[in-house]
Amino acid sequence: MSRGPRTLFDKVWDTHIVTTRQDGQALLAIDRHLLHEGSFHAFAMLDQAGRRVRRPDLTFAVADHYVPTRAQSAAVPDPEIAGMVSLLADNAARHGVRHFGLGDAAQGIVHVIAPEQGLTLPGLTVVCGDSHTSTHGAFGALGFGIGATEVAHVLATQALWQRRPRSMLVHIGGTLGPYVSAKDVILAIIARIGAGGAIGHVLEYSGSAIRSLSMEGRMTICNMSIEAGARAGMIMPDETTFAWIEGRPRAPKGERLARAIAAWRALPTDAGARFDREVELDAVAIAPSVTWGTSPETAVPVTASVPDPANEADPQRATQMRAMLDYMGLVPGTPLEAIGIDRVFIGSCTNSRIEDLRSAAAVLRGRRAVVAGLVIPGSTPVRRQAEREGLDQIFRAAGLEFGEAGCSMCVGINGDLVSPGERCASTTNRNFRGRQGPNARTHLMSPAMAAAAAVTGRLTDVRRLGKG
Amino acid sequence: MQTFTTLRAVAAPLDRANVDTDQILPARFLKKPRSAGYGGFLFHDERLRRADFPLDQPAFRGAAILVADRNFGCGSSREGAVYGLLDGGIRCVIAASFGDIFATNAAKNGLLTITLPEAEVGRLRDRLRAAPGAMLIVDLPAQTITDPDGRIIRFEIDAFRKRCLIEGLDDIDLTLECIDAMAAFEERAAREQPWRLPAPEPRED
Repeated sequence: MSRGPRTLFDKVWDTHIVTTRQDGQALLAIDRHLLHEGSFHAFAMLDQAGRRVRRPDLTFAVADHYVPTRAQSAAVPDPEIAGMVSLLADNAARHGVRHFGLGDAAQGIVHVIAPEQGLTLPGLTVVCGDSHTSTHGAFGALGFGIGATEVAHVLATQALWQRRPRSMLVHIGGTLGPYVSAKDVILAIIARIGAGGAIGHVLEYSGSAIRSLSMEGRMTICNMSIEAGARAGMIMPDETTFAWIEGRPRAPKGERLARAIAAWRALPTDAGARFDREVELDAVAIAPSVTWGTSPETAVPVTASVPDPANEADPQRATQMRAMLDYMGLVPGTPLEAIGIDRVFIGSCTNSRIEDLRSAAAVLRGRRAVVAGLVIPGSTPVRRQAEREGLDQIFRAAGLEFGEAGCSMCVGINGDLVSPGERCASTTNRNFRGRQGPNARTHLMSPAMAAAAAVTGRLTDVRRLGKG
Repeated sequence: MQTFTTLRAVAAPLDRANVDTDQILPARFLKKPRSAGYGGFLFHDERLRRADFPLDQPAFRGAAILVADRNFGCGSSREGAVYGLLDGGIRCVIAASFGDIFATNAAKNGLLTITLPEAEVGRLRDRLRAAPGAMLIVDLPAQTITDPDGRIIRFEIDAFRKRCLIEGLDDIDLTLECIDAMAAFEERAAREQPWRLPAPEPRED
């Protein structure tokens, strides 16, 4: 255990070590285990070994990946997809696990609803069989994704063997410009360090540009830590965090909350604490960004042009760029703003919270989309809030579809797909080949940028379009 | 799980960086039960797109080793990507780096991941392209790869990961041996930091 000045990560890690093995691996106690439909493999492993869920009180199941998001009351046409939703309900019921299923007033995307319900708190360990579990680091929790075998391990033991990761500080000083959002910040970070740049590391984001972000923005940042290869991403808890948590259904209350906040104030990284690596970015230099390729590391300012592999010195990298341009159907040198799109998707665990919907609606107010588009709130509470604020009316008046909570077109396994060859302006986290559907072409961007693209039918610098 | 000791097999080069788990196993196949076999879904859409996909070339038929580039297995935590590789006959992936979650999933299922410097994996791929169908010998206990020219390349691997692969350990059993320590830890945490437990669910009116 480290002594002397410690990082936020050190403090959370150290307080969760149950025991350390001779080879240096630590048995880490898990405070929250989140499940979605993909957990069926892990439940099958548990059943096969005749094991039970050790701490159902710390385990929460959410239907999100496979749920219909266009009309949840309608029957799911594909029996295999419907079966995934009911299988989760069955597994949760058999093991006494709280299940947020279809029709539950709190249902939504797992990484949206756990914070919303007050289940995610500073200083906790949070795991889920989903790589975007890094989202929960926005609260100063240590959240990371695991595979099915590790899910089964946590179900059976409420702990995980882990080797201590390395640490990296990403400091962003200065102030973000108009229309530059948390999404642009994290895209700039990934472009800077690369899609594998943070492998084996836990990131901590710091600096004035991070401090000034809302919890929604911080969640967007931490959510995409995995797209830089990081094990997790964390932001120190502060007054913004505590205010957001207070009053959430499952958060501590009264005297217990006061004691919690006192403890949480001790979590931030100590002065003089050392990181294995440090990276610095200037907020002023970050522009509204879009990706041109099939990795999030291909993010560039929207004012740029499609890069030319001929200018790449490394022949291996030039070949890989050509493969990406071929898949994306793009010609080197084309200004990004000249690229036409076929549809927009606003949603996902990255950008489906109320602030995201507000920023998209601010651009769309009084305007019409010239392409098809889907707006999917991250949770039923977000949807209700959007309706109270009239945002649903703005989306519909603009000609976009406003649906119900779930992962939807980010991963497409509920059947909401981008058609082959179609180009989608998307607020999601992955522009991987086939991610939104076979041969679909994805450009990642912020909600405001996606809204601007909907209005013009092209990738568009939202700063030029303005609020209208 | 399958154990891993030594392997002598055809190795196929895969030149792309950042091969994500969506490519390895497209999401729409993830709802299949494990018993269905995932081999038919391995690189499903990429193989439809590219007639020259390495695993479909006659020379690389029966390949059990993939030599990739940097950041192999990045992205989604889906263990189905590992099932696809194993069911598709792949027992070992050599790359310049791996997505952390993928590498853990691989080790838990008997798929060996070997990390070598970027220049070294590049050389290996060049060698395999020059002599399609050439074999590599992977010796996990000795931590060596023997290339088609008989050159020996040493690799590093976490000692516990190595032991799990060689012995096929179920680590839940190992953890359950620590369950008393776990219970004591939880009891102390609940006493000293009661806020760590979820508050009771508010009753609906």
